[in-house]
Amino acid sequence: MNSKRIVKSTGRYAIRFVTLLIAISIISFILVSLSPVDPVQQYVGAVPNVSEEQREKIAEYWGLNDPPAERFAIWAKSLLHGDFGTSLIYRRPVLDIIGEKFAASLALMLTAWVFSGILGFTIGCIMGVYNGKWPDRILKKVCLTMCAIPTFWIGIVFLMVFSVKLGWFPMGMSVPKGVPADQVTLLQRIHHLVLPALTLSFLSFANVALHTREKLVDVLESDYVLFAKASGESRFSIWKRHGLRNILLPAVTMQFGSFSELFGGSVLAETVFSYPGLGAAASAAGMGSDIPLLLGITLFSAVFVFVGNMLANIIYGIADPQIREGYEHEE
Amino acid sequence: MKSRTGRFSVNRRTRTILTLILIFAFLFGIYLAGTIMSDELIQADFSQKGLKPSWEHPFGTDLLGRDMLVRTIKGLSISIVVGTVASSVSAVIALFVGVAAATGSSRLDHFINWLIDLVMGIPHTVLLILISFACGKGLRGVLIGVAVTHWTGLARLIRSEVLQIRSQQYIEVSRRLGHNSRWITIHHILPHMIPQFLIGLILMFPHAIMHESSLTFLGFGLSPEQPAIGIILSESMKYLSTGMWWLAFFPGLMLVIVVLLFDRLGENLKKIVDPYSAHE
Repeated sequence: MNSKRIVKSTGRYAIRFVTLLIAISIISFILVSLSPVDPVQQYVGAVPNVSEEQREKIAEYWGLNDPPAERFAIWAKSLLHGDFGTSLIYRRPVLDIIGEKFAASLALMLTAWVFSGILGFTIGCIMGVYNGKWPDRILKKVCLTMCAIPTFWIGIVFLMVFSVKLGWFPMGMSVPKGVPADQVTLLQRIHHLVLPALTLSFLSFANVALHTREKLVDVLESDYVLFAKASGESRFSIWKRHGLRNILLPAVTMQFGSFSELFGGSVLAETVFSYPGLGAAASAAGMGSDIPLLLGITLFSAVFVFVGNMLANIIYGIADPQIREGYEHEE
Repeated sequence: MKSRTGRFSVNRRTRTILTLILIFAFLFGIYLAGTIMSDELIQADFSQKGLKPSWEHPFGTDLLGRDMLVRTIKGLSISIVVGTVASSVSAVIALFVGVAAATGSSRLDHFINWLIDLVMGIPHTVLLILISFACGKGLRGVLIGVAVTHWTGLARLIRSEVLQIRSQQYIEVSRRLGHNSRWITIHHILPHMIPQFLIGLILMFPHAIMHESSLTFLGFGLSPEQPAIGIILSESMKYLSTGMWWLAFFPGLMLVIVVLLFDRLGENLKKIVDPYSAHE
């Protein structure tokens, strides 16, 4: 019975995943084909004396003269073979670049993700416990303000304060200048990671905090908490025994559901700190009209977001008894 | 407005409306100031370059000697226009899609849900880069990009509201009286959607403005000649290490203030038009 359910929901996921990916590849392909930017011109770039004939040859070689549908078919076919093409700006296979950049981004995003989750949850709990009193009111104002601050500006402010004024952290990049790649120590990497990660986590902790607060307030207003209070439980023990269990799951789920914002924020944070990750590469690909890389990153980011949402659903399904029972009733 | 004790007091509704008007006037004022001020005020003047904030130039001047206050206000004015247009379009899309999903056939509903998943499945920033790239960068790309990426949340909200209203008894009565689905939608459902629509529209502004400036900051939005906030901030990045903090600090702060004010505007409007939060 249980395994049947797993097979069923996995099948449903697989279908949704595949249809979404197909649709995203079609839409993004149409979008880049619509672009008025001439890829040949971009490729040739600043090199002078490229004759009309040579341009024609490049266009011919790339198949730019074929109708779009045909080009899409060729592109999709090579995608299925695992060939994402060659990046124009890095002159290397797209998949290699995505893999390499994602490793750098992952360190950044993971740090920010964990940090913002813990910080947001803690603040949310404090706000919820002191609902309506001054800690709640102050923190709520702070959180609402945080929601209104653009990621890239907070990054710039951090740079101004911590790098330029105080000189605590480097101005950007992920490794120090002039040091061979194999001699970079872990400490140096962490030193370069702190500010971007802090910037990125400022993006989402306020959301988690406000959400957690709402949930906790709901729980604390319930009858069973009133009963617990009446029987003399302290505020902390009420939070630990009744609050935590009820609010941890929504917060975790929400945090898994925020992969989309995380990725979007990493584009900005990495650009500000010239951190060589996937987000900065996405922006560079768009600026440099590097179509294969742009398409590759779009597809990759969609997979990334999908995996996040799927994890959120799976965790909910496993950990929440209500939903678990709901599944069983369905059958 | 005089209470019995003789003290001058205002009730919450009046206070909310007053705040609403004040915020609106402030934002409209920024917009007007930005459009009216002539471009001569931000002509390059090398005798004034790189000045620290002073009484004459409250936000300082940049390396071309342009007054940062004027540039900031002009940039905000553009941001407000872009935000207004893009979120209006987005909200209208959301209204149509949401109502269509809730009142149409179940196949249409499935399709729309799938579509929302699709749009939400790509990170906003990446989708915006893609759309802006398709439009060849520039203002049009930003407008279209922001308009087609922001409707999903509101559409979901409207869909669930419509579904809720449709299950009410008076809709059933109306149906028994022989009205068709379209008549019911227009006369019984759409009027209920107006508060949600307005609030959703205003609360979309902050996101639209932030995404516009992020996109411009990355270099995909407005062109470098325009005094957009994103442009100002990305320019200031070059001079960060020289310690010219005012180039980035004040314009960004003003952007945050405008975003916060739009947020307040929406929340205050919600208190007035939304019957559920009117009696909090």
